[in-house]
Amino acid sequence: MNGAEGRVMRVAGPVVVATGISGARLYDLVRVGALGLVGEIIKLDGDEAVIQVYESTAGLEVGSVVHHTGAPLLVELGPGLLGKVFDGTGRPLQALAASGRGRYGEPFLGRGAEVPTLDRARRWEFHPSIEVGAVVGAGDVLGWVEETPALRHLVLVPPGAGGRVDGIGTGELTVTDPVALIDGVPIAMLQQWPVRTPRPVRRRLDPDEPLVTGQRVVDTLFPVAKGGSATIPGGFGTGKTVHEQSLAKWADADVVVYIGCGERGNELTEVLGEFPRLADPRTGASLADRTILIANTSNMPVAAREASIYTGMTIAEYFRDQGCAVALLADSTSRWGEALREVSGRLEEMPGEEGYPAYLPSRLAEFYERAGSVRCLGGSDRRGSVTVVGAVSPPGADFSEPVTQYSLRLAGTFWALDTDLARRRHFPAIHWTRSYTLYKLGPWFDEHVADDWEDHRRWALELLQEEERLQSIVQLLGADVLAPAEQLVFFVGRMIREDLLQQSAYDEVDAFCPLSKQYWMLHVIRRTHDEALRALQEGADPETIRSLPAIAGVARMRSWPPEDAESGARELESRIVAELEQAL
Amino acid sequence: MSERALHTVEYRTVGAVSGPLLFLEGVSGAHFDETVDVVAPDGEIRRGQVLEVDRNRAVIEVFAGTRGLDVASTSVRLGGGSAALGVGPGMLGRMFDGSGEPVDGGPPPFPEALRDVSGLPLNPAARDHPSEFIETGVSAIDGLNTLVRGQKLPIFSGFGLPGAELAARIAADARVTAAETERFVVVFAALGITHREAAFFRRSMEDSGSLQRTVMFLNLADDPTIERLLTPRLALTAAEYLAFERGMHVLVILTDMTNYCEALREVSTAREEIPGRRGYPGYMYTDLATIYERAGRIRDRNGSITQLIILSMPDDDITHPIPDLTGYITEGQIVLSRELHLKGIDPPIDVLPSLSRLMSSGIGAGRTRGDHRRVADQLYALYATGRDLRRLVSIIGESALSEDDRRFLSFAEEFERRFVHQPGQARPIAATLDLAWELFGPFSDGELKRIDPDTIARYRGAAAV
Ligand SMILES: Nc1ncnc2c1ncn2[C@@H]1O[C@H](COP(=O)(O)OP(=O)(O)OP(=O)(O)O)[C@@H](O)[C@H]1O
Ligand SMILES: [Mg+2]
Repeated sequence: MNGAEGRVMRVAGPVVVATGISGARLYDLVRVGALGLVGEIIKLDGDEAVIQVYESTAGLEVGSVVHHTGAPLLVELGPGLLGKVFDGTGRPLQALAASGRGRYGEPFLGRGAEVPTLDRARRWEFHPSIEVGAVVGAGDVLGWVEETPALRHLVLVPPGAGGRVDGIGTGELTVTDPVALIDGVPIAMLQQWPVRTPRPVRRRLDPDEPLVTGQRVVDTLFPVAKGGSATIPGGFGTGKTVHEQSLAKWADADVVVYIGCGERGNELTEVLGEFPRLADPRTGASLADRTILIANTSNMPVAAREASIYTGMTIAEYFRDQGCAVALLADSTSRWGEALREVSGRLEEMPGEEGYPAYLPSRLAEFYERAGSVRCLGGSDRRGSVTVVGAVSPPGADFSEPVTQYSLRLAGTFWALDTDLARRRHFPAIHWTRSYTLYKLGPWFDEHVADDWEDHRRWALELLQEEERLQSIVQLLGADVLAPAEQLVFFVGRMIREDLLQQSAYDEVDAFCPLSKQYWMLHVIRRTHDEALRALQEGADPETIRSLPAIAGVARMRSWPPEDAESGARELESRIVAELEQAL
Repeated sequence: MSERALHTVEYRTVGAVSGPLLFLEGVSGAHFDETVDVVAPDGEIRRGQVLEVDRNRAVIEVFAGTRGLDVASTSVRLGGGSAALGVGPGMLGRMFDGSGEPVDGGPPPFPEALRDVSGLPLNPAARDHPSEFIETGVSAIDGLNTLVRGQKLPIFSGFGLPGAELAARIAADARVTAAETERFVVVFAALGITHREAAFFRRSMEDSGSLQRTVMFLNLADDPTIERLLTPRLALTAAEYLAFERGMHVLVILTDMTNYCEALREVSTAREEIPGRRGYPGYMYTDLATIYERAGRIRDRNGSITQLIILSMPDDDITHPIPDLTGYITEGQIVLSRELHLKGIDPPIDVLPSLSRLMSSGIGAGRTRGDHRRVADQLYALYATGRDLRRLVSIIGESALSEDDRRFLSFAEEFERRFVHQPGQARPIAATLDLAWELFGPFSDGELKRIDPDTIARYRGAAAV
């Protein structure tokens, strides 16, 4: 029975133990104390329920009332999510900021505030796409609204529903107005879904297409597939957030869900301020129009931080089900793991590695496995995907710690951030020999960009590997011991590292680099290598080669306008070739 | 500190006293997180806080320490509500102890309002992104790790390194334009530092004429350790009031956060919690965040809170949990180096591990200068190469270096001795950038890979005139 009241027996930080909640089920929501603080039952033991509370528990006492709501944590889905920022349990932060609650007025987050995720008053122009009498099933399209200039939001028959369409709405509707009557049951645009349950799909597909990011070290060397997953661990200040933000800006996704999980408030403020002013390179629409932010900053309640990952994932799946390519960017999964650890620690559970609960790996796996490329539910052949990119913040930048290690087992792409590179301001500080991708995307690039793309990529990776091997020799014996051809490896390796892989997120031209430009930049470097090697073999002086005037052009390739990349590359190559001829 | 409600219920049922904790039995109505008064056998009243309630038991942390408390006759008065601070304009120019009592001989300032000292999280949607350049006059900071108003920036110092001197120097020079002096205030929180260090700060505030615009909260080395958990929260509560209700630009100095973290560990150990790395509690990240995140700006409000945090890296180890977790929360860090200090570089800032994450929003044409970003990138690239070579030389000797290499090596030297080393006089940002161009002298345009040809054409040589 709903509403059966329990009583608080114990309060320790975000964890409350209560007894007497009849009918309590795992993951049901409860309301605790006079303020009705929202909490979630995370453990049941006889009559005792362990509750993680999403807000500060200050002021609770033994005997405080606990109301059972009978429902799990649900997130509201429907038009009105894009361009907005929500906390870990789905409360709209802009609306809260405008509501006038809080300590000195609105800017601080008070407790017990209740504002629904979706705006109830806002009207959307609903365009039906089926007719009365049609028979529909879960996932079939009822109609659409233009949520933003960037996205046509499909209104679908929710999972579990279906039957004959007895009525269909049209025109300006709110999210709670019925848009259709199916077997007598009204269906509204607003739907709810329990955040911890993956949304159903028709079937999973093999990810075989890259998520193009415009970041050279990613697309050229270590791409991630649409529907795949990547992990990016790195010590503080190595570039996780800037990288996630670059992906949020430039990746070719239809929808971006950016989760600031236990990180800085200002970083979300920055996205909120910057994205509306930036244009999506594909659609020209504002980037805010395709972005949803989930913000549970480091100083916000830790239990809600744990939930934020699931809230974000459910929203991502909802758009995937409409046939969108969604990128879910989580910064940082370590803070989520720590939230698990903190709650578990208060329960005095038997700790596993480094104090994390023994269920850390299974929870992480559940999260990463919600990534995928899928055939969506419903009659039409929609294909959607959720690509997950999880940042990891290893203590002391030591990758042997549990969250990094388990993430590595799960993610298909590994971008290893290197503290030393970050300190010398080599950005992105993704290490070229320690990172990898397991996705076989070469055929896609060969087909869509240039037929020797994969061949170039292999060549670059091998050269960098060779450079690293030679480096260890030089560190012991000095550069003198190297043969001219080996010195060339250094020379060209440096070009790849500095003139290709380095890419400033703050450079107006270079922040985003289209695939064709990436290809031509690498093409120039490879050609330079091949021609220089030939010249060396024909007796040219290595020092002369290094100081050829045309070589300086390689460092300036990044500022080429993308549309001039091919002509620029061909011209630069012929200048280098001509100067090499002369050097002989 | 002031009380919000009268303590009503009194218990004489102390079950145990352990470390800084007191375990109270047979209680009903203890509220989680509320403040309590602990009455010692000699009648002395000490402030405490409820850390946990469990059926009829309450765990209480005693800020002033548990020395002299007993089981038989110590009593506890519940019902103090959440810890609060009376705030008002009268705080300026005053000095308080680590629990908020005046220690300068004056009466408690008239409180305009009572504020919960734990504060509330700021809604990210209500924040304003900090972007206003603060000129500190220190080239290694202004040029390479630019500070902005509303930033939280720690100085990673070490025992015997001049972290305090650098902080005092920034506090004295960072008052920006004269017109703004009126709105500039310092809130200083001493956390377990010595009388000597506290006196040093006081004097430097006096010298720069800002003592009347300073609020000091002092928990010194011989003050109760657990009280340190409260002190930074009092300071930030005062700062939030001054910044967001009075429109002031508040510079908060917290020193030394290492002592704070040790107090946190002490309580955790006494509670027999599962220890995290090196014995620090697993929730230290979250706990520190509730302090450091109380910085920034709010949309449509005039004031700001900038935090300058000093911490000592135990063993000069930057991977130690205290600097590590701090670096994960703050918006960059200024790292002091023992090697540079021994070399006589003052301030001994190692720019490579140092970082200001808000730099890019505070620099550029119209804020500092159009060449700033690229000049900084170039300085980093050259210096990093020079430092690599220095390491190489220590292994294989200088003879193995080419002529080219030697230029980079001497750049690193010059950079440290002329750019970073800057005792006394402040350098305006333009002078800092001009000096960088001077240091680029030995390198050809082509070697300045990080700077575009237009910028080179515009600024190179211009400085020399
Ligand atoms: N691609 C990039 N281009 C230019 N600068 C970069 C790039 N990536 C990182 N940086 C620089 O590095 C700094 C730190 O990056 P970032 O904030 O992303 O680190 P982080 O790994 O998220 O750190 P933390 O774990 O503490 O949050 C940035 O403020 C910026 O100065
Ligand atoms: Mg980050």
